[in-house]
Amino acid sequence: MNLTIIDYNAGNTQSVIFALNRLGIEPILTDDFEAIKKADKVIFPGVGEASTTMAFLKEKKLDQLIPSLKQPVLGICLGMQLMCAYSEENETFCMGIFDQQVKRFQPPNGQKVPHMGWNNIGQLDSKLFDKSLEQERVYFVHSYYAELSDYTIATTDYCGQFSAALHKDNFYATQFHPEKSGRVGAKILENFLKLTI
Amino acid sequence: MLAKRIVPCLDIKDGRTVKGVNFVDLRDAGDPVELGAAYSEKGADEIVFLDITATHEKRKTLAALAKNIAKNLNIPFTVGGGISSIQDVDVCLMNGADKVSINSAAVRNPALVDELALQFGNQCIVIAIDAKLVDGEWIVYVSGGRTPTKRRLFEFAKEVESRGAGEILFTSMDHDGTKAGFAVDALAQLSDTVNIPIIASGGAGNMEHFAEVFTKGKADAGLAASIFHFGEIEIPDLKQYLREQSIEIR
Repeated sequence: MNLTIIDYNAGNTQSVIFALNRLGIEPILTDDFEAIKKADKVIFPGVGEASTTMAFLKEKKLDQLIPSLKQPVLGICLGMQLMCAYSEENETFCMGIFDQQVKRFQPPNGQKVPHMGWNNIGQLDSKLFDKSLEQERVYFVHSYYAELSDYTIATTDYCGQFSAALHKDNFYATQFHPEKSGRVGAKILENFLKLTI
Repeated sequence: MLAKRIVPCLDIKDGRTVKGVNFVDLRDAGDPVELGAAYSEKGADEIVFLDITATHEKRKTLAALAKNIAKNLNIPFTVGGGISSIQDVDVCLMNGADKVSINSAAVRNPALVDELALQFGNQCIVIAIDAKLVDGEWIVYVSGGRTPTKRRLFEFAKEVESRGAGEILFTSMDHDGTKAGFAVDALAQLSDTVNIPIIASGGAGNMEHFAEVFTKGKADAGLAASIFHFGEIEIPDLKQYLREQSIEIR
């Protein structure tokens, strides 16, 4: 399988590569448009700040390429947020694959921000998840979240419920880090590898 | 619900784990990668690797260490020890570390925290603070606890939070090594002072201490070294005990 990771200045690319290696996959890391278009599957990782990263994607015109992709695409963490329409993080207009907003946590009871650590995923509704993963814990680290929407395929509770994962057509995205979520995360990556859109 | 985290800490020198580590089922108890993986198997939620190598070649050893761990570990890990520049952090993160722990450098040059948070995002910047109670004030120490500073724990924690720290690892030097329990009062006050997660370190001696640090101490994570290394507390037993105390645990 040709699995391509979009190469841009995302901090956690190496972790994603290693996680795939552990599943026996040698991903290709590239920013070449033709190579990305040809891939069987594409992963769009992300760690960092929204406006800086979005500016970088625009400079490389990746903001136009990514929404036009036809094969299964998996966005991770900031990658997922940038696939939404708008982020409150420095008032950033994003790619708009998922027509919804990304907001900052407003803790009602002194909860800490960032939301950091292992939390449960529930209401799983996608081929990305097995039913056996209902209420399993995965690793999150983020200060902004996507609200619940028609695209929500997993929910998590922190300062209220938010979208732990989104899906529309060939686009999948997780707010958590499957590459750092132990055997549960490995299972989710495996499920992504098996997807046929 | 978000789970409280159990965090074993490994001290590394020249790529090997130092401080005795007593694991019966390991081929090589000195290999940090193998130890990290063993802790992950036992249910550790995160691991901290502190490189205490004191050489100018430090950056290279950090890079190799981070890479080796990242290849084999499928849970988050932090690398620390003498990190003092954007280049040091870059090397760790580009080789697969999830977070870096900054200690003395953040006290000597607090503006470094702003630079790092801007460059890499605050989620990966852990500020490690060693402090000691002196005449009723928690005083910040640097250089592995050898040198006192003029900074006080709570105002310094507040400052690094506003500069962009994502998490604070607080070690009470008064409690470290005593096995008499964590500094719960200071930890609770710290948790009320800042709005970022707190990793409690220093003083873990039994399972009750962890229950106490998560309830009274309001900590988000509990870190320990020797009690885990010498099997005095097994992580699965600890987690079972904490569940029985109605503490949210993975």
